[in-house]
Amino acid sequence: MIRLANVHKSFGDNHVLRGASLHVPKGQSMVVIGGSGTGKSVLIKSVLGLVKPDSGKIEVNGQDVARADRDAFLARFGMLFQGGALFDSLTVWQNVAFRLLRGSLKRPLDEARAVAIEKLRRVGLDKDVADRLPAELSGGMQKRVGLARAIAADPEIIFFDEPTTGLDPIMAGVINDLIREIVTEMGATAVTITHDMTSARAIADQVAMLHAGKVRWCGPINELDTTDDPYVQQFIHGRADGPIAALR
Amino acid sequence: MMRFVASLGAAVLAVFAAIGRVAIFTAQTISHLVRPPFYPREFGQALLQIGYFSLPVVGLTAFFTGGALALQIYAGGARFSAEAVVPQIVAIGMVRELGPVLVGLMIAARVTSSIAAEIATMKVTEQIDALVTLSTHPMKYLTLPRVLAATLVMPLLVGVGDVIGIFGGYIVGTQRLGFNAAAYLQNTADFLEVRDVVSSLTKGAVFGFIAALMGCYYGMQSERGAMGVGRATKGSVVAAAVLILAANFLLTEAFFSV
Repeated sequence: MIRLANVHKSFGDNHVLRGASLHVPKGQSMVVIGGSGTGKSVLIKSVLGLVKPDSGKIEVNGQDVARADRDAFLARFGMLFQGGALFDSLTVWQNVAFRLLRGSLKRPLDEARAVAIEKLRRVGLDKDVADRLPAELSGGMQKRVGLARAIAADPEIIFFDEPTTGLDPIMAGVINDLIREIVTEMGATAVTITHDMTSARAIADQVAMLHAGKVRWCGPINELDTTDDPYVQQFIHGRADGPIAALR
Repeated sequence: MMRFVASLGAAVLAVFAAIGRVAIFTAQTISHLVRPPFYPREFGQALLQIGYFSLPVVGLTAFFTGGALALQIYAGGARFSAEAVVPQIVAIGMVRELGPVLVGLMIAARVTSSIAAEIATMKVTEQIDALVTLSTHPMKYLTLPRVLAATLVMPLLVGVGDVIGIFGGYIVGTQRLGFNAAAYLQNTADFLEVRDVVSSLTKGAVFGFIAALMGCYYGMQSERGAMGVGRATKGSVVAAAVLILAANFLLTEAFFSV
């Protein structure tokens, strides 16, 4: 479904991706873990075309993303950003229905609003919030609105960038459950980047660990605890001592 | 010596690189004029924000400037018994120069800063990236509506500023300096030429284009964090003000060169 092969990306002297390769099968939930600054965000932004890789190949359903028709390509994606990235000047329902109010997926206003309210209900928000501005919502509610916007156009592939960062443990659990349920019921392919291991265990079918710009380890979630990779073991147990610290 | 030459060369290259980036940004903005989709709702909001909501500041600036101009011309003209030229000089001064330049600078302060801060904040909070993932081109959605609205609405604002500025001079002239009201208006109307008005409105359109373009350009180029937003906002206003004054000189040369 999504295949990255030997992807490199530098920002000036900072060589962020150093030959990252990853395969995400269709309908699977892949969680990419790794420390801060290891290139997790750059990895998914490269797939979306928000960052242009210096070299390497990225394919979605066998199609090279660099040559794909951008609109048709992006219409298949939904993304939940770390801070929500809701548009301040638009109400909650206009944010959720953004794609349905303009462009190739445009629908009549009433229909778009109805879809938005249904998606808000799906993420546990009452229709009373539909006409509020994002700034009037708490962090957890903003995250849910972001989630509703990501799934509004029923995408085939959904990316989640640090979905639980900045949330209290209970709200983080709610968001994790929502993501798992939605991905399962939609049959979507999901890629989540996080360094929250509770979140990773709740969401993942597969886990990939990114370290030093490369995928260090990749496997099913049930093998995460049994792998003898010292990098993975240090990371998932949050140990200060180990090969990761030595490399820093 | 070599170090000095190298740093001079680097500075010159940086200036040319910046000019190149602005030129590419301008060309991209203009190219979206003929490439759908268009966003009429965003265009309408930009018209309202840039045009209608700028009217109070434009009116007040023009009114006080017209009044002060009348006082200055009266005092200056009195040195060689030429007090009677107040209506004519106020009209020509407001319409040819002060109207468009002051409105341009007020718009740079009010609109350019607001556009740059808004777009820069959108960039640092990943709203621009979110637009892309929602199949919406940021230049079509953010830049084109603002630049087009500013270019179209600025001539109207300048026209309003010209009229209010002349009215400011008229109030001071008739209430403070003892001019006859009918004669003041007659002198104003007789002295102004079509070319004066055309130059004024043309300047308005060019200044509006510059003001909105700089706001969008600096907003889109913003670096991360609050400092990045601050730098983008400051840079946009400075660039817009300098470019407006430079364009004013070139347009004045083009319209009125002897």
